[in-house]
Amino acid sequence: MGRSLREGSLVPILIVLAGLIVVWYVAAVLMNWQGMSDFYQRTDVSNVSFGQQLNDVLNAEKPLLPAPHQIVGEFWKTTVEQAVTSKRSLVYHGWQTLSATLLGFIMGTVFGIGLAVFIVHNQAMDRSLMPWIIASQTIPILAIAPMVIVVLNAVGISGLIPKALISTYLSFFPVVVGMVKGFRSPEQIQLDLMRTYNASRFEVFTKLRWPIALPYLFTSMKVGVAASLVGAIVGELPAGTSNGIGARLLAGSYYGQTIQIWSALLAAALLAGALIALVSLAERVTNTALGARA
Amino acid sequence: MSMFQRLLAAFASGFALLALIFDFASTEGAPLPVWEFPVVGVFLVLALLSLARFRLALSYWIDGGLAALGAIGLIMALDTLQQGEPGYWFALVSAWLFAWLFAERLSSAISADKVREVAGVLIPVVFGLTIVVAWEAITRGGNVPKVLLPSPSGIWTSLIDNIPKIAADFQQTFLKAVLAGYVLGCGAGFLVAIAIDRSPFLKRGLLPLGNFISALPLIGIAPIMVMWFGFDWPSKAAVVVIMTFFPMLVNTVAGLNVAGHMERDLMRTYASGYWSTLFKLRLPAAAPFIFNALKINSTLALIGAIVAEFFGTPIVGMGFRISSEIGKLNVEMVWAEIAVAALAGSVFYWVVALIERAVTFWHPSVRGGRA
Repeated sequence: MGRSLREGSLVPILIVLAGLIVVWYVAAVLMNWQGMSDFYQRTDVSNVSFGQQLNDVLNAEKPLLPAPHQIVGEFWKTTVEQAVTSKRSLVYHGWQTLSATLLGFIMGTVFGIGLAVFIVHNQAMDRSLMPWIIASQTIPILAIAPMVIVVLNAVGISGLIPKALISTYLSFFPVVVGMVKGFRSPEQIQLDLMRTYNASRFEVFTKLRWPIALPYLFTSMKVGVAASLVGAIVGELPAGTSNGIGARLLAGSYYGQTIQIWSALLAAALLAGALIALVSLAERVTNTALGARA
Repeated sequence: MSMFQRLLAAFASGFALLALIFDFASTEGAPLPVWEFPVVGVFLVLALLSLARFRLALSYWIDGGLAALGAIGLIMALDTLQQGEPGYWFALVSAWLFAWLFAERLSSAISADKVREVAGVLIPVVFGLTIVVAWEAITRGGNVPKVLLPSPSGIWTSLIDNIPKIAADFQQTFLKAVLAGYVLGCGAGFLVAIAIDRSPFLKRGLLPLGNFISALPLIGIAPIMVMWFGFDWPSKAAVVVIMTFFPMLVNTVAGLNVAGHMERDLMRTYASGYWSTLFKLRLPAAAPFIFNALKINSTLALIGAIVAEFFGTPIVGMGFRISSEIGKLNVEMVWAEIAVAALAGSVFYWVVALIERAVTFWHPSVRGGRA
């Protein structure tokens, strides 16, 4: 306990978080104060006490910057107090985004691993593809998201699949790059040992390359899962889609519902955190199963 | 030649034979035989003759030449034919297999040290050209609807026809929003990192948070920024600032810790103070990390600015153009805009990478000759 207080990071994190929340409250008051004063003037309310205005500011309906308790309140209202099947429920929208994210992430990871296997085993493939894969990471791929949605919609594919495709695309690149590095990470001496065992290419792959590449896989999966969530959310932006966190953000921005936007952002942040935690958990379970020491 | 290469060669010639046997193309329902297209005809006949390779040694440059000849012939043929028939597609597959064979043989020649390493640049170029040729041939020869996938030549025409529009979009999105946001965001991240570096407590508190926040879909902040800073470019720059801040913060803090105790002790024996240690030891040591963040951010910045424009903008900007032209199903224009964005993104990235090479010339990864 004494050690964790002095060297652990939990306490500093909590204190920094608390500091951020205080800053947030101050900012919320400062940013919304003028708006509330204008509102009083328009509605001919005078002689508002400081405390009264402070109270009004922190509970305004469409504040410029909502206070944390308003966001949490809205989040609570739209998750716990709504039936999950309702279109007003954030759980419903969150699930729409999450399912696309997961489907896309799984497809992207499988596809990425497959391509990495080819690249590692075929030199011509490596030389033709790798420069393009690396170059394509410098491209703002997300820009094509609306086009994918609209074009697939035009040929009659809508709903989950187009969003998942964008997620696939985004999560695929980190996995290919990471796995090519991972499959190449065995040392020459280890490869030579496999040769003395007369191991076939397949055995070298399953017994040496794959296990040694696993840490790379989990690292790139963490990047990939975050990217596929972004992909799914951006995939929900084009007009016509009305489900998902992205659509909530867009609707909130049309109608100036700042609290709704922020609670959708909170939901997105929670999803991202949960997904990364899930990958980390899988990593730990795999490491334990493979006998790695913590 | 390895077994795989023999197979490729046999299939390449086999498909050339099929192309000669089947109907080649048609115009208004009337079939066009293959001899209406002399270049393709020559390619197919030479492709058949290349079967001699199983008796004589044929250089792989011949395979490359055949692939190029086939590609040129097939693209030229597109001007007269309206619809590719099986023969056309067989010829396309044959040309593609020759390109593949060329890449295979060239890369094995390189690894056997028969050709200089420089020739390796050809392989990705051949791959890229193959994709473009196949794309052009399939979209035009197969009459793929433009909405689904426009042809590269169509995208190029659209790009040339709309240069003033695209230039205005580029100026709005890249020169204003991206660059301003990038400089502000990276600068702020850098300065905050140096500020909190002096406090181990803040470092322990902020680093995990910063790491976590970098993984969040920060792009969602865009509608808020549009509300705060208006429709014009400052709101996009603000999104870029927020997206680039955290990667820079986290990387700089990590980089500042790289300088080891030995080096720090050495600086102390020189009676070097905090600032001179910072500038002469710790910041140079942190440079690879800082440039890593700069490279990550160059892509993030462009994405942030483009996506933020989906939430509301004046009637100019790359993101605006993409979302409005796609609404009119003017897909060629969207692709042209994406091509420009891709080019801008890669150039931005490579400029940062070049500066990195110049600044971190001492780092093993640069001395090894690879960026």
